[in-house]
Amino acid sequence: MTTLSHSLPAAHDSAPVELLRRRLPWALLALLAVAFGLVPWLGNDYWLNAILIPFLVLSLAGLGLNLLTGYTGQTSVGAAGFMAVGAFATYGLLLRVPGLPLPLALAGGGAIAAGVGFLFGIPSNRIKGFYLMVTTLAAQFFLEWVFTKFPWFYNYASSGTISAPRLEVFGHDLHSPTGRYLLTLSCVVLLTWVAVNLVRSQTGRNWMAIRDMDTAAAVIGIPVDRYKRLAFAVSSFYLGVAGALWAFAYLGTASAGSFDINRSFQILFIIIIGGMGSIAGNFVGAAFISLLPLLLNYAGQNLLGGSVDAGQLQNLQKIIFGVLIIAFLIKEPEGLIRLLGNLRERLARWPLRF
Amino acid sequence: MTFFLETLIGGLLAGTMYSLVAIGFVLIYKASGVFNFAQGAMLLFAALTFVSLQEQGLPFALALLLTVAVMALGAIAIERAVLRPLVNRSQITLFMATLGLSFVIEGLAQGLMGAQVRALDLGIDDVPLFIGEVMVSQFDLVAAATAAVLVTVLALLFNSTRIGVSLRAVADDTRAALSVGIDLNRIWQIVWAAAGIVGLVAGLLWGARQGVQFSLSLVVLKALPVLIIGGFTSIGGAIVGGLIVGAAENLAEVYIGAHIGGGITPWFAYVLALAFLYIRPAGLFGERAIERV
Amino acid sequence: MSTVVTAAEPILEVRDISLSFKGVKAINALSFAVRRGEICALIGPNGAGKSSLLNILNGVYRPDSGELVFEAEHFRRIQPLEAARRGIGRTFQNNALFKKMSVLDNLLTGLSRHTRSGFLAQALGLPGARREARAFREQAEGVLEFLELQPWRDVAVGSLAYGLQKRVELGRALIAGPRLLLLDEPMAGMNAEEKQEMSRFVADVNRDLGTTVVLIEHDIQVVMGLSGHVVVLDYGRKVGDGTPAEVQANPEVIAAYLGTVH
Repeated sequence: MTTLSHSLPAAHDSAPVELLRRRLPWALLALLAVAFGLVPWLGNDYWLNAILIPFLVLSLAGLGLNLLTGYTGQTSVGAAGFMAVGAFATYGLLLRVPGLPLPLALAGGGAIAAGVGFLFGIPSNRIKGFYLMVTTLAAQFFLEWVFTKFPWFYNYASSGTISAPRLEVFGHDLHSPTGRYLLTLSCVVLLTWVAVNLVRSQTGRNWMAIRDMDTAAAVIGIPVDRYKRLAFAVSSFYLGVAGALWAFAYLGTASAGSFDINRSFQILFIIIIGGMGSIAGNFVGAAFISLLPLLLNYAGQNLLGGSVDAGQLQNLQKIIFGVLIIAFLIKEPEGLIRLLGNLRERLARWPLRF
Repeated sequence: MTFFLETLIGGLLAGTMYSLVAIGFVLIYKASGVFNFAQGAMLLFAALTFVSLQEQGLPFALALLLTVAVMALGAIAIERAVLRPLVNRSQITLFMATLGLSFVIEGLAQGLMGAQVRALDLGIDDVPLFIGEVMVSQFDLVAAATAAVLVTVLALLFNSTRIGVSLRAVADDTRAALSVGIDLNRIWQIVWAAAGIVGLVAGLLWGARQGVQFSLSLVVLKALPVLIIGGFTSIGGAIVGGLIVGAAENLAEVYIGAHIGGGITPWFAYVLALAFLYIRPAGLFGERAIERV
Repeated sequence: MSTVVTAAEPILEVRDISLSFKGVKAINALSFAVRRGEICALIGPNGAGKSSLLNILNGVYRPDSGELVFEAEHFRRIQPLEAARRGIGRTFQNNALFKKMSVLDNLLTGLSRHTRSGFLAQALGLPGARREARAFREQAEGVLEFLELQPWRDVAVGSLAYGLQKRVELGRALIAGPRLLLLDEPMAGMNAEEKQEMSRFVADVNRDLGTTVVLIEHDIQVVMGLSGHVVVLDYGRKVGDGTPAEVQANPEVIAAYLGTVH
């Protein structure tokens, strides 16, 4: 019935129907094998603690925000607020429900975050675009306030912080760096798989239609309001899980201040730099955000003879980030992932430059 | 009753400060359709520059003049480097660019001038005055008066001069303005410079009130509820919006906040704005956009 | 649920529809009928209310008075979702396409309201969802083939030539199998060759799929060649209604168009 009128592109989903049968993504499987198998053995604690775990958690947070902002087009600067909900909710569940297994607690924290996200997404049927962003700002400040003012959430600790509860799955203790790394990795892989399914499905298309032109989407029969709220809920679920992981798998101890507006901006930067509307882009963006400060520190200490103090490095980092954001928005609004894609194409065609 | 009046008036006066910040946004928004997130960083930069110059021993007037010059130059640079390349992009993109810009300015500010809190002395004592039985802060009064003067000047400038008319043309329809020969870049430079100066005044006043510190750049976020309530394109709206937000915030903190734990000022204004959005998505004075398919 | 509709009854009747914007009457007591399976052209000078009428027909605007009869069901006002559900498809003057999505994805959005698989099924990639995705994909491939759009299957619509974009929009309206297709200036901005192609596609849709078509068009040649029924609007009133030949000879129509035939 269909004719092949051009050569098959790499991504399977764009191949004509006959070849919809999935081609096994060998590269991806190899990467997963390395991530699950090799890294825990070879990785030292510093790498796991300071680089890989935060990278993974930030990717997950970026993924969550991307679903809402990059795919559905609802800009949000309240990501960290929902992360906070997830963190405190997971904490509360582990604390108050005896014997609740960790995966369920994480899922529960995510679900509660999703519920809160849903509530804050309700205004999206009346309020659009830029104004909606202000709603997310309200969410951010309000949630920060809630988790500071009401001691019930942090079990009346005088410091206002929550600490990692016993992290164990099926009796295996996970509080070592390797354990936390595997926990984080599993969550990220699982949730990324779900996200990929979603964006390739009708749901993802509806979201993107809403992003590109929501009046047209409504007219062709997409229930825009429902999908916007869905985007808020799903996005908040991801952010909630990321928040719980950030607090317990990475920081160890967290408070409302760990999820302030600067964290929201950081997540937004991840998706701008990585590429909005791209799942692979999240990882690229998160890697960038995680690694740049370390690179700068390294450069500052080793190349400039340690003459630059930490505070100045921070400022430099800020400037570089700001400049990069502007540069990306001007030159490559689709982020690093597009730049990398172009590079790859260039390399593939390299002998035949034209 | 006295207490209520005091709270109200205190809120109103604080509101004028919000209005001042909001006006800076309105200026830029009217001319280029951008919500300039960097306004806060510009505020901070202005205040820091002024304070640093004063610390070097420069007299008040000279420091002020130099700061104005620096802000104007900065505005031109911003227009060249950030605005022009992004001329046709969406509002959100522009917002994010200004977000990036705010980081650059903050980094520069703190890198060049240090991060400690500085006291800013404008020579205005914060002495309580009594109007009848109502206690009012002298500083707040002066701030309000300054804001009023500034607003009047701006209003005159933009309504009566040729530049003002050009600005309104640009705000209305950029392409049409271009076709009539209005130099877009000039207009934008002027507007950003004006916004920079407004930012300077606001920065100085805020800095004097709470010390020149990093959190000054977050004051900008408070402007958002003001702009939502008053509309993004009206200076009058910014004033009214600022007053409403200031008063409501103060009253809410005292009368509502006391019952639910206090410290609700960080978010109350936003919730208020949200409520407003439900009723009037375009703000009190703003224009309602009609989307045509 | 709906009454049996015979071939003799019109698929669509516009009865006494009026619409005004801020005091300006865009449509004034308009009435006409469209027979099943015909191509009916709406013509008239700019501002005559044609687009507004189309907006009323698929529910984007609400008329001030009058009613619509679609497939023997009466409507004072129809909601866009309802119109889509009942089989009214639509293209837009300004190309309401999803610019960042590929041609294929744009077509697939046309099937959005036909999705049966739930959110969870899609999220977890369950067999039911996959089957549906495959079925939709086949439908989209069919439309791609029908409209000869395969070479651009994965291209982002925003980067396509204008004429191709219009074709994609037609495809998106078609994929759900509408009974009535409303086309708002489907050939605007096209050169002669592109117009020929588009006319061919519209005629094919009408002939092969049996879809009734109502289109707004300015090019009189196209209108005369393509449609069997022409309705002329001027300042929101009907000034002509009949076959192309009848309408061309109508003095009122000529007066309305004085000097403005493209």
